[in-house]
Amino acid sequence: MFNRFASGLRKTRQAISNTLSDFSALLGKGNQLDQAALDELEEALILADIGAASAADIVAAIKKITDIDDPQKALADIIKNRFGSNKGKAIAPIAGPYVILIVGVNGSGKTTTIAKIAGREIGMGHKVLLAAADTFRAAAGEQLEHWADKVGADIIRQSSGSDPAAVAFDAVKAGISRSADLVLIDTAGRLQTKTNLMEELKKIKRVVDKALPGAPHEILMVMDATTGQNGLSQIDLFHQAVGLTGIVVTKLDGSAKGGVLVAAAEKFSIPIKYVGLGEKAEDLVDFDPAAFSRALVGIDE
Amino acid sequence: MFEQITDKLDGIFKKVTGRGFLSEKNIKEATREIRMALLEADVNYKVVKGFVADVEADAIGREVTKSITPGQLLVKIVRDRMVDLLGGSRQGLSVSGTPPTVILLAGLQGSGKTTLAGKLALYLRNKGHSPLLAAADIHRPAAKKQLQILAESLNISFFASDDSAAGIASGSIRHAREKMLDTVIIDTAGRLQIDDELMNELQEVKKASAPNEILFVADAMTGQEALNVASEFHTRVTLTGGVLTKMDGDARGGAAMSLKAALGIPIKFIGTGEKLSDLEEFHPDRVASRILGMGDIVSLVEKAQEAVDFEAARKLEKKLLKESFTFEDFLSQLHQLKKMGPLKNLLDMIPGLNKQLKGVEVDDSGLGRIEAIINSMTRKERLMPSLIDGSRRKRIADGSGTSVQEVNQLLKQFHGMQKMIKNVSRMGMPKGFPI
Repeated sequence: MFNRFASGLRKTRQAISNTLSDFSALLGKGNQLDQAALDELEEALILADIGAASAADIVAAIKKITDIDDPQKALADIIKNRFGSNKGKAIAPIAGPYVILIVGVNGSGKTTTIAKIAGREIGMGHKVLLAAADTFRAAAGEQLEHWADKVGADIIRQSSGSDPAAVAFDAVKAGISRSADLVLIDTAGRLQTKTNLMEELKKIKRVVDKALPGAPHEILMVMDATTGQNGLSQIDLFHQAVGLTGIVVTKLDGSAKGGVLVAAAEKFSIPIKYVGLGEKAEDLVDFDPAAFSRALVGIDE
Repeated sequence: MFEQITDKLDGIFKKVTGRGFLSEKNIKEATREIRMALLEADVNYKVVKGFVADVEADAIGREVTKSITPGQLLVKIVRDRMVDLLGGSRQGLSVSGTPPTVILLAGLQGSGKTTLAGKLALYLRNKGHSPLLAAADIHRPAAKKQLQILAESLNISFFASDDSAAGIASGSIRHAREKMLDTVIIDTAGRLQIDDELMNELQEVKKASAPNEILFVADAMTGQEALNVASEFHTRVTLTGGVLTKMDGDARGGAAMSLKAALGIPIKFIGTGEKLSDLEEFHPDRVASRILGMGDIVSLVEKAQEAVDFEAARKLEKKLLKESFTFEDFLSQLHQLKKMGPLKNLLDMIPGLNKQLKGVEVDDSGLGRIEAIINSMTRKERLMPSLIDGSRRKRIADGSGTSVQEVNQLLKQFHGMQKMIKNVSRMGMPKGFPI
């Protein structure tokens, strides 16, 4: 796992190696952290989307450490510690299907993430059912159906424009009667400030609970790794609306560093569950704060 | 949109006090906070650095004339600099001398290219063009289907084939010539700028279609990385413009300021909602004003012109500026407003209003109730809302099937709006700057 994480993030490092954000040049072993270096460090952190406030905190923290032998490692530790325990729920077998509701803003990668989770679980011998509750975006259902065929999952679909809560309800009921192990509910992308759309999400959650008391067992928010400080608002408002149990970060195989997670970790105690590091199902891996922090500051594994 | 950055900057300018001239201390305090506000808005770090240095250089030691406060002078300096940063004046789409004009859309996965293609086609048709939507995204499942559904819902011509992306692009141009269509909009697959294979494909598409415009489609929520991404696309295919999508949320669109400033790529459009009509032209001067909380009456009036007839829009403009805005006007506007898109977007354009309405949820479905309340007023009451006392309120509430609280709320909001419009017109908006 750790290796996959590191190799996925290596692309990130390669892409930025010529810029100021190359932490390793800045923080080589035995380097003196004078004011100029600290300023550069702050800049590099901000360019990694860690945010001006968190960057200032981290610089202050590293300043406090006198006698640093390995600045890069010290920085990685400071960042790692901000993630706390990051313990999320594991997908656990329960009586009846385990239901996961997938939410997020438009274009964050919800449908692709569902395909990957489904692929993973099917690989472990589980029976998976997908619910195409994005009835708004043109061809969203077709896109999910394509993936269902490809990974070998069942799918519940209705016509475009139908009530997403009804699709979710039917899917959970179908999951029960077909004795599926996992039901994954895809929803339409929505900006977190659209109150009416957030109400729709709450309704889906309520209706799913009616179909199977206690469901959904997890609500995961999918976020694009290129997201800047707006990511904080996304987590905040989706969490307020439906109560998130975890975050999935997609497209971390690009050059974006996902630094907003560092700011988010301090602000919210919502675990980061998976990160997407590529196109294939096995490229969705568990999040490892230590590996992430080391990769972020450019420690080669 | 832009609310948070507007609030931040507003607070900063209030702190600048003193008379006579802008002292170095004043400026430094203000620019430190401007820096933070811009960074939180995801404006690129290097761009922020340059911007702050420019503002400081321009502001320090400037004499403040008697009629204005140092804060106001600083607002003007910041606004002017911001207009420069955003690209000066608006740049429209370039048109080919021999049709069809070809517009190529490119960007990362999930940035909103396909939806934008639909919006752009509708926009161009409304301008009298005959667009063709070409689906050259051969990678994402159901992407072609998505564009086809959009095209059908708009009744716009559509082209796709089982060819390569470049083959689809050149095929679409032949198709447009045959069918006498004057504009081709080519949707492409989302791609990471570090994915060599897909970036080559994009270059092939460019070669095959010789586009007049290559628009980089960027999500307004993107962080610092926006610049590196755009820069790589620019190196590969030479972008002619940018489009910021999803600007209707609380994203601060800092990328907008960075693209032009760092790469010289002008932003041409912004996407502002879920509906296909939610596309706005990007006007640097107006957006700068909006960021600084000065509103955007010009865009508002233009919106009105598109949805309503010219005469009605002129009347609204006049009414707004002459402070004689009554419930009668409000009612007649309500009918037309519904045609103009989400209310929240419109309210954002009214100077100062976003501050007053902060935290107030603007719900379009509430329009019906407002309409009912106004319909239950007498003509006299509509012209002179101050007449409406307790018993009249009760009558209006009963007549409209609402509650006295709702009537009160509407009256309060209306009063606030009138007051604001008064303030705004005193300041001499929209043509001049409030100095």
